[in-house]
Amino acid sequence: MADNNNIGAKRLVVGAHYGLRDWLAQRLTAVVMAIYTVILLVCFLTASNFSYDGWAGLFSHQWFKLVTFATLMSLFFHAWVGVRDIWMDYVKPVGIRLVLQVATILWLVGCAGWAAQILWRV
Amino acid sequence: MSEAAKPNRPQFRNIHITQLGSYRLPLAGLVSFLHRVSGLLMFLLLPFILFLLDKSLVSESSFDYFKGFTSNWFVKLVILALSWAYLHHFCAGIRHLIMDNHIGLDKVSARKSAAGVLVISVPLALIVALKLFGAF
Repeated sequence: MADNNNIGAKRLVVGAHYGLRDWLAQRLTAVVMAIYTVILLVCFLTASNFSYDGWAGLFSHQWFKLVTFATLMSLFFHAWVGVRDIWMDYVKPVGIRLVLQVATILWLVGCAGWAAQILWRV
Repeated sequence: MSEAAKPNRPQFRNIHITQLGSYRLPLAGLVSFLHRVSGLLMFLLLPFILFLLDKSLVSESSFDYFKGFTSNWFVKLVILALSWAYLHHFCAGIRHLIMDNHIGLDKVSARKSAAGVLVISVPLALIVALKLFGAF
């Protein structure tokens, strides 16, 4: 930062823009998921038959795994911002809120690991 | 506004959960609340969604297991709830993105777009329900 206001008595501890990064990230991840939804729907609906070969064939391509994984990562970050907002709005005791926030992170990280395993096992 | 000019009307801030039933939300408020509910529902059921993806992908026999598992009526209901959640969250999310660009922020348009979300998402969820329970 040009004017260093993170040190000393004039340290900026509150104010606007602290949440802007998360807010923007939540919007951008939403756009990523919306685009993926359209891609998945087109691939699914243009396939002639819902068979294992067709479904697994779609996920057998490395590019589709990567796109799916990137979308799932977007989902997890998006969910983190959203669920954290819910805890901040409704759970006032700091201790309980912290526990819920940590549980949320662990939940999402666990899901991310499982998602990676599922995708690269196909 | 000066203190004296403030009309003496009831204020509702941070309503308690027991007041939810008697509190009449505006349509946009209802759509916003359902956005939250649908998001939390999908968050909590993430392992279930990943479980279905896993079973549908890992092998031909697990795909058959997936088909058998999802033919159970209760599982179909859960999938229907998730489908509704996704459809509502998607439509209301698009509305949010449009409003983030300062489009349709006035009271009348906001109410109309909130109604639009329900008009699109609820019938789509009904179509999913019919498909799930084998109407077509």
